[in-house]
Amino acid sequence: MKRREFLGSMTALAAGSVLPMPAIVPAGAQSRQETLLIVSESGPNNLDIHGVGTNVPGYEASWNCYDRLISHEMKTLPNGTPYYDRDKLKPELAEDMNVGDMSVTFKLKKNATFHDGTAVTAKDVKWSLDRAVTVGGFPTFQMGAGSLEKPEQFVVVDDRTIRVDFLRKDRLTLPDLAVIVPCVLNSALVQKHVTEQDPWGLEFTKQNTAGGGAYRVVKWSAGTEVVYERNEDWKGGPLPKIKRIIWRMVPSSGNRRALLERGDADISYDLPNKDFAELRDAGKLTIVSTPYSNGIQYIGMNVKSPPFDNPKVRQAVAYAIPYQKIMDAALYGLAKPLYGAPAGTPTETAWPQPHGYTTNIAKAKALLAEAGYPNGFETTLSFDLGFAGVNEPICVLTQESLAQIGIKTTINKIPGANWRTELTKKTMPLYTNVFSGWLDYPEYFFIWCYHGKNSIFNTMSYQSKPMDALIEGASAAAAIGEQATYDKDVKGFVDLAFADMPRIPLYQPYVNVAMQKNITGYQYWFHRRLDYRALVKG
Amino acid sequence: MSELALPKGGEPRATGLGAAAQHVRYVLRENAVTGFAFALFVMIVLAAVLGPYLVPYDPLASDTAAALKGPSLAHWFGTDQLGRDVLSRVIVATRLDFFIAIASVALVFLMGGIAGVAAGFFGGWTDRIVGRIADTIMAFPLFVLAMGIVAALGNSVQNIILATAIVNFPLYARVARAEANVRRDAGFVLAARLCGNGEARILLAQVLPNIMPIMVVQMSLTMGYAILNAAGLSFIGLGVRPPTAEWGIMVADGSTFMVSGEWWIAFFPGAALMLAVFCFNLLGDGLRDIVDPQRRT
Amino acid sequence: MVSMILKRLVLAVPSLIGVVIVTFLLTRALPGDPAAYFAGPAATKEAVEQVRVKLGLDKPLLVQFVHYVGDLSRGDLGASLTTGQPVAIEIRTRLPASAELTLLGLILAVAAAVPLGIAAAIRPGSIIDHACRIVTTAGVSLPVFFTGLILVYVFYYLLGLAPAPLGRLDVFFSPPPQVTGFYLIDSLIARDGELFMASLKQLVLPALTLAIFSLAPIARMTRASMLAVLSSDFVRTARASGLSGFTVVVTYAFRNAMLPVVTTLGMVFSFLLGANVLVEKVFAWPGIGSFAVEALIASDFAPVQGFVLTMAVMYVMLNLAIDILYGIIDPRLRLEA
Repeated sequence: MKRREFLGSMTALAAGSVLPMPAIVPAGAQSRQETLLIVSESGPNNLDIHGVGTNVPGYEASWNCYDRLISHEMKTLPNGTPYYDRDKLKPELAEDMNVGDMSVTFKLKKNATFHDGTAVTAKDVKWSLDRAVTVGGFPTFQMGAGSLEKPEQFVVVDDRTIRVDFLRKDRLTLPDLAVIVPCVLNSALVQKHVTEQDPWGLEFTKQNTAGGGAYRVVKWSAGTEVVYERNEDWKGGPLPKIKRIIWRMVPSSGNRRALLERGDADISYDLPNKDFAELRDAGKLTIVSTPYSNGIQYIGMNVKSPPFDNPKVRQAVAYAIPYQKIMDAALYGLAKPLYGAPAGTPTETAWPQPHGYTTNIAKAKALLAEAGYPNGFETTLSFDLGFAGVNEPICVLTQESLAQIGIKTTINKIPGANWRTELTKKTMPLYTNVFSGWLDYPEYFFIWCYHGKNSIFNTMSYQSKPMDALIEGASAAAAIGEQATYDKDVKGFVDLAFADMPRIPLYQPYVNVAMQKNITGYQYWFHRRLDYRALVKG
Repeated sequence: MSELALPKGGEPRATGLGAAAQHVRYVLRENAVTGFAFALFVMIVLAAVLGPYLVPYDPLASDTAAALKGPSLAHWFGTDQLGRDVLSRVIVATRLDFFIAIASVALVFLMGGIAGVAAGFFGGWTDRIVGRIADTIMAFPLFVLAMGIVAALGNSVQNIILATAIVNFPLYARVARAEANVRRDAGFVLAARLCGNGEARILLAQVLPNIMPIMVVQMSLTMGYAILNAAGLSFIGLGVRPPTAEWGIMVADGSTFMVSGEWWIAFFPGAALMLAVFCFNLLGDGLRDIVDPQRRT
Repeated sequence: MVSMILKRLVLAVPSLIGVVIVTFLLTRALPGDPAAYFAGPAATKEAVEQVRVKLGLDKPLLVQFVHYVGDLSRGDLGASLTTGQPVAIEIRTRLPASAELTLLGLILAVAAAVPLGIAAAIRPGSIIDHACRIVTTAGVSLPVFFTGLILVYVFYYLLGLAPAPLGRLDVFFSPPPQVTGFYLIDSLIARDGELFMASLKQLVLPALTLAIFSLAPIARMTRASMLAVLSSDFVRTARASGLSGFTVVVTYAFRNAMLPVVTTLGMVFSFLLGANVLVEKVFAWPGIGSFAVEALIASDFAPVQGFVLTMAVMYVMLNLAIDILYGIIDPRLRLEA
């Protein structure tokens, strides 16, 4: 008897809960108006960009919760989107910047404080910068990209003044001080938590934001959500309009779209291109699409392993890629094509820029025969499963097209976490990948991707003395402001890259963001993550 | 027809194949659902064998201009995100999925059947070792074990089949062991031994074939499970490689398109998959009725 | 009874050892490289090697295994790469989420399957019998993630009846103070009716998905068991004594038929615990299954090892609990021990 009653009551309860109920209005309903809900597929595994193995979502937490000495001004693109101005720096934590010949001196803002109320001093800045160049891994690497390598470069002049000495003349040093990595931490607070094994307090900052930025993290459930609250005493800029931000992880992209369409989520940048294209056409949400700064999706070939060591083979492949099909079926038009420049177009001093190859099967077959492979060959085509939404159609379409010229490929799906390892091995013969640099300069891209010093981003193992000379020439010219030489060398290395074709640029991806109509203030930044400080709801 | 009623005393009963056929017909008529399942099974086999020769379009040919079009006269099941014809892909996938199902079942029957029969027949240490292996496998959350095996060995059809077989091993081993135990001292076994047959030969040639009818019921359920397992693995990204047409991966890929309204990409492979698994499950019931009516559930 | 329990626990130890060894080997066979992950996206080969040495991954497998077992004995399950948290803490916070979902799914399944099975048993061969078989088999013939996605599409997206699939609670609610970790129970303890309803609403769709998938075994077992009992002597006597059909079925037959159903429930529960990884992915459920799946894809050893070990231990405990329950329900079995 009792069993039946129990079963009966449970069924009634379950049935009752499916009936439509008025949206439960929690106490303080206006708090919903003051809270922003962001949804994405995955979240941070560490709140500190200096941490070991911090993933890309972690960078977003770092950007919004810590300040840096300088930042960038905003300019406006023709379509109205605020875009960070690469060439105009503005003070953030510093109130004054004095650039000398081989050093730059910053004066800190008088009333700048950390989240716990203590004042920001030059000692904190030095400790933070020392930390960035010492912890190793990605942060140190990024600092080094702007010739910021040794703690000796950072000199405390007085309580509110800090000087950064240059190791060499490098045009990238100043912009490098505005990227996410050189953030300023509350050294006194963090030093309370250092140990012998952990001299920089990385364990503490992993879970706690010890900074003075516009927001701070009040709750973090790894894999579920991050909750931020506004720092009411922020001095780095105008006080942000949104008091509370909740960042929720929702693994299923269909669900993320459903949440946006039903108005239950405010903003997402993590949807398949098709959804963005359709949402834009439907018009109920605001969609902003901006090209990646200094970023390219490409097909790479390992130039050390035959048959891809033969430039004619590489050119043949470049003529066999189904560019337009990829734009339509993989990207739904949401990217800037980097192919098909009309013959005779002059090369510009810019990057990315389109190359002249188009889909021309006849030409591809001819080139392949000239190279000595009239019947084609077999190889594998690999891609990063973490971005399967775009990579899979690209590879399937490419596979089909290459088959037409006799190149038989097997598709190799590599899980996202293993992709870096595979790339570093530099053994994959044919693959698709995306690379973008935070510092938007052509020579920056080429140093990492084409220079013979064979950094891990030179995934093709490309070595060419002429290329190296051109790249080094451009960097040197930029450092001393020699425009003519710079232009000549940049155009030179772009032309060489398109002649040798170790990697085939496909397109410049777009950063797409979908927001409810009442959200404004989205800004495009070089790191492509959300900057909460300018967002406005309602 | 009166011949299907209990034979009256005095009438000669049909024997051998005739009796078997009579029994099968009886069972199929008694239970229309089972009859339906058998008919469906035949259709699936036909589709698997003949399908690839009859499809209207090349299942791998993309046509981005015609992508994401709904069901129409040109494309009965519509087209997917790369413009491939869904009907052709569903039919061609029948062969691969059927192969996965049959191969998994054959593999697990051999592995589990031989191990279990040996355990039940010989007892002692063989029994203990097989028992330990089976217990260890059972202690794992089975789907995660399958995931782990495919992730470690690489996602290919062979590894999916292997993972399915390993995960089902304990069940088959247990049933085989129980049956072999019963038949250990059966007359035909003793007779075979007297004829000079070695133990291994008795095991494989006498005992194993004898337990097959009991196992066949479980095998048909496992066929359904194999296909569902492959679908689950595809959902996580551990399934077959693109651009292979396989129901599970078509459902997994197509489900992202449901919210935007292109329901046909996931619906038709999903319906085919469901029909196939449904058919195998009901088939298991029918086979059980034929083989051992007392065990009907 | 106690000797039976002890004997069972001792017998379970070799399985657990086997599980630990197999999981260790399996995770080491995964294609990923935690050293590369830790070293970061810009690391050179030398940097990765340094990290590998620091993590102890360059030592031979046997040495690593010994370290692992040593850590285990101290209750240290390692830390996760993907979430950055210690595995033991993650499991402790996530296990109640999965258990609550699985239990509710099981309760829904029982609520539907048992009456169906009984009805089918009372009239074997009838329309109800066939309908029962068709409906339950259909439920188990669809991939479980597909069922979940269809439910979300229909009930949330199209009809707006169900809440957003955002996990255990809507964003604007905070979880109840932790007592058991089961939001339903904890919110009742905290006398927060609003929170209880909110938690229940989030639970309905995923629990329904799991329930649809587990109808078949429960219904079949109920039917088979009831059939066997309904043809037994004491039922015949009860009918002959003139008791009403209802009394016969429910008071007498049902209770005696429940035993095999209880075993099936146990099997279904442990199967569901391992199988709800997919459901958790669809509904963004912060459970132990989604944790393990993400870790596996990322070749993150520690959570996978921790998850498998926890499940194995729970499986052993569950079987033991069922055997004890059996002994309580049916005194005849108790005498064996």
